[in-house]
Amino acid sequence: MKTQNEMKLTFQSLSVNEGFARSAVASFISMLDPTVSEIADIKTAVSEAVTNCIVHAYRDSVGVIYIHTKILEDRRVLIKIRDRGCGIEDVEKAMEPLFTTQSENERSGLGFSVMQSFCDKVKVKSKLNKGTSVLLEKRLSQKEKIK
Amino acid sequence: MLSKISFDENTMTVNFMGDIDHHSSRQIRGEVDKLILEKMPKHLIFDFKEVSFMDSSGIGLIMGRYKLINEYGGGLELLNVSPYLKKVMKIAGLESIVKISNAEQITTSQSEGLN
Repeated sequence: MKTQNEMKLTFQSLSVNEGFARSAVASFISMLDPTVSEIADIKTAVSEAVTNCIVHAYRDSVGVIYIHTKILEDRRVLIKIRDRGCGIEDVEKAMEPLFTTQSENERSGLGFSVMQSFCDKVKVKSKLNKGTSVLLEKRLSQKEKIK
Repeated sequence: MLSKISFDENTMTVNFMGDIDHHSSRQIRGEVDKLILEKMPKHLIFDFKEVSFMDSSGIGLIMGRYKLINEYGGGLELLNVSPYLKKVMKIAGLESIVKISNAEQITTSQSEGLN
């Protein structure tokens, strides 16, 4: 499937950038004229992935977060959120609902569950001490044709 | 994130405004907890009318305050929860723990009160 448009974003893992990151992605995909609920779903999923980079990947440091967003011709949106942080030891376990390593910080352990229920596909690749990449895929509904 | 906190007899109401995420929930948490421990309100109300966004950090924020107030027998209620916010809350199964009122229900009861 041909890529219709794409954008790349690089920013520091500061919590103040969480709002910027989700708004930037939402703003980019707005050219597809998505529904309000599709925009909300994507913003929420991106926010979860970016928060994971800040809270887990770079827990005691500040690193760089990379977002690569692609719009395919069939209205599929692919969003890759990548870090060069500590990596996840057991990805399957990390994706279990309510699993958290930071309950003392009130992390609910629902980040991946939210991504999964708000997107069509979520793929996670991780290597210890190398980093993690999360690929979110969502197909936007067809625009109603003007009669 | 801005928020307004008000008191009425045994009720403490927090009106959240703007986005609830990891960044903003860390800020609001300390402020709300300080007042809960100081006033020990019987009822705690979180009003989401002015909330434009919430991710799972908001779930942590709600659950944390629920546990705190539950320790001394207080109750938590969530007001003006839009369908979108409800979708996030449902993932955590919040509706089985706390009372959630959605935006339409509030409007109906308010307009009934006016008649």
